[in-house]
Amino acid sequence: MSAQVSVAPSKAKRRMPPSVTRNLGLVIAFLVICLIGYITAGSRFGSVDNLMTILRLAAIVGVVSIGQCFVITSGGIDLSVGSMLGLATVWATTGATQYYANQTTWLLMVFVALVVGVAGGILNGILVAYGKIIPFMATLALLVAAKGLAEWIANRQTQIIKVPGFEQFFSVDPLGIPVIVWIFALVAGAGWLLYNRTTFGRRTIGIGGNLEATRLAGIKTDRHIVMLYALSGLTVGIAAVMMMGRTMAGTSTHGNLYEMDAIAAVVVGGTLLRGGRGTIFGTVIGVLIFTTLTNIFTQNNLPLSVQQIAKGAIIVGAVLLQQYIAQRKTA
Amino acid sequence: MVTDDHQGAPLLTASGVVKHFPGAKALDGVDLDVYPGEVHCLLGQNGAGKSTLIKVLAGAHKPDAGVITWQGQEVSFATPVAALRAGIATMYQELDVVDGLTVAENIFLGNEVSVAGFTQRSAVHARTREMLKRLGHSNISPTTEVEQLSAAGKQVVSMARALSHDAKLIIMDEPSAVLDSEEVANLFRVVKDLAANGIAVIYISHRLEEIRQIGDRLTVLKDGKTVASGLRVSETPTSQVIALMTGHEGTLEFPPRTSAAFGETVLSVRDLALDGVFSDVSFDVRAGEIVGLAGLVGSGRSEIIETIYGARRATSGQVLVSGKPVAKGNVAAAVAQGMGFCPEERKTQGLLMEESVGRNITLSIYTRLARFGFVDDVAELAVAREQVAKLGIVPSDPEREARTLSGGNQQKILLGRWLAHGTKVLFLDEPTRGVDVGARAEAYQLIRDLAASGVALVVVSSELEEVLGLADQVLVIAEGRVVHVAKAADINEHQILDLIVEGTPA
Repeated sequence: MSAQVSVAPSKAKRRMPPSVTRNLGLVIAFLVICLIGYITAGSRFGSVDNLMTILRLAAIVGVVSIGQCFVITSGGIDLSVGSMLGLATVWATTGATQYYANQTTWLLMVFVALVVGVAGGILNGILVAYGKIIPFMATLALLVAAKGLAEWIANRQTQIIKVPGFEQFFSVDPLGIPVIVWIFALVAGAGWLLYNRTTFGRRTIGIGGNLEATRLAGIKTDRHIVMLYALSGLTVGIAAVMMMGRTMAGTSTHGNLYEMDAIAAVVVGGTLLRGGRGTIFGTVIGVLIFTTLTNIFTQNNLPLSVQQIAKGAIIVGAVLLQQYIAQRKTA
Repeated sequence: MVTDDHQGAPLLTASGVVKHFPGAKALDGVDLDVYPGEVHCLLGQNGAGKSTLIKVLAGAHKPDAGVITWQGQEVSFATPVAALRAGIATMYQELDVVDGLTVAENIFLGNEVSVAGFTQRSAVHARTREMLKRLGHSNISPTTEVEQLSAAGKQVVSMARALSHDAKLIIMDEPSAVLDSEEVANLFRVVKDLAANGIAVIYISHRLEEIRQIGDRLTVLKDGKTVASGLRVSETPTSQVIALMTGHEGTLEFPPRTSAAFGETVLSVRDLALDGVFSDVSFDVRAGEIVGLAGLVGSGRSEIIETIYGARRATSGQVLVSGKPVAKGNVAAAVAQGMGFCPEERKTQGLLMEESVGRNITLSIYTRLARFGFVDDVAELAVAREQVAKLGIVPSDPEREARTLSGGNQQKILLGRWLAHGTKVLFLDEPTRGVDVGARAEAYQLIRDLAASGVALVVVSSELEEVLGLADQVLVIAEGRVVHVAKAADINEHQILDLIVEGTPA
């Protein structure tokens, strides 16, 4: 046996959740960005109103990113989230659905959006787990197909929601915080619990870290992979409901390029693209970094193009940092 | 072809080569000398260090100690390219050809003949044709995409690439593994041709009969050491080669058997078969009993336990645990019925290397540790601590990452996983692979203790001494069949060797 010294578990280390200590650098980066915002835009940036603007901007893509975080942690990727979101809003706002969903039963629309999202996810999962198609291709196929289906159903029209109860629900701001921000907080909180405290989370990490070892430990990995993509689909469904609440409309262009924003947020947040290690807390910060940045650019009247260049630079920087840390660990 | 004494200086010598990896010593003093124009066979069981040695020779790994000389000069190749430039070409088992490129493009990959960035297709094709002809394969066109070639064809391309670099030594890692018998004959013709032209070949294979057909001399590796170097193939009987590969000559110590009676039959295997790998495998294991499978690599011994465990789907036959049939090809069902498996490849099949020791131990029992899906962290840590203490895992911190532990302690993590699960039948594939010889006694004691506690065990090992020392009952496996069953006390290493040699066409 090698002469390794027995190291007693340090009690102090356990107090602070590892997700916080590991994300310390990320939190600092976020605070620096906020500081830049405050310096350049002053109180316009620092106001409560603006804070709510940032959170509202972050909420929808944030919910999708939570689902994406699970999929990426398992070593997969879900490219279909953006166009599936659009499809879910279109399906939920078709004339037939709206006809049956009246003031009291507008939950039907919510139900349809969630079912469409989950069904898409299950399809992805089956293609990946049982069809043995690499996640990139399986979900890319759905990205393309869902987009087409949404355009077909909506006939390229924007479908306006005329269900009064629905509008009312999304127009109240409990405690001064918009409903969609509340939903984001709930999803993030539930995601954190699911990731860090449940068997589901453990198995996800196991599959991403070593699929074969996890399978040989007696875990039904194929079934779990289907559930992972279904979970991502569920977050897409929730995000679709939020999108309908914010815009009072369903259209195939909803959620356009959300897959890119979500993946960027997850990876910048510190989740490894190769799987095995992820962080919900980091994902939330990752989303906030991007939306805050967008907000700062808007506050300073800078063009969208500059903003996108900055986003690109941040993604490259974050991935370089990740690789550096990973290398240092293995060295 | 075999000259009685090799005139002149050796082409390559390696002496005292040592290579460590975190937690394991892959090479621990290897000596090898290769002369121009000879076919030198490198033998050893899985994990003996063959792959590491060829990677060191090919410049892919840097040795920690030892001297390598090439054409009389001491060398240290920093990269595979440097080794290739010097004249050492390696054909890895996973053929390193690019499917999407043509034969010619593959052969000259990284070595393109170009003028101002434009590849000179006609010149390249001419040279390719010339090389393919030299290898006796003028039927392959330089413009064929490699994807369309058979495994044998790809191998020829790989060899042509070696020739294009004017290689003086070609290392072939199990080249025959992917070929059928006709293709093997062709391969041998090419190898003999290369040797006749003064090119040295290091030939690695598990098939002993091939060594006899093609080899001039042989070197045997075991546990990262050379146990025999440069033996003449014509003067070394097959049984001696197997003995060198498997024997420990009484250097291992085993805890004494307790005379406790075995319990009821826990595992029954009935007429199990996997097409093309093994057939007609039947045996029983009782509670507290250790059954050992003895056989060479490729005999089907690992596949047999993987199939019982459900990691592979049996073609026919049945597996019963405590009399109840187990669903085929379903690991989760096998585990639920009380089976556990410590695989040969801990890193790729056993552990989550970047997760903590504790979570690796509890991987199979998350569900049991959870209420409504929420894992009870306190209970989880308690289970982990219990197993860490019981098995003497060092360091004794269940929150350490698994990859930081030594091979022996990583093996204990796996044992702990199944102990925590309360496994009734445990399969151990090469339980002491990568475990320091000094730490083995402890591993053996643990395995015995497990049996004494009523677990039924099935042990596979490349080392006959280990099988004999641990097992109560021994099944000798050759060519996918159980050729003999005996009590460990009634059979010795030499008898097993004879049975293996008999059962293996040589």
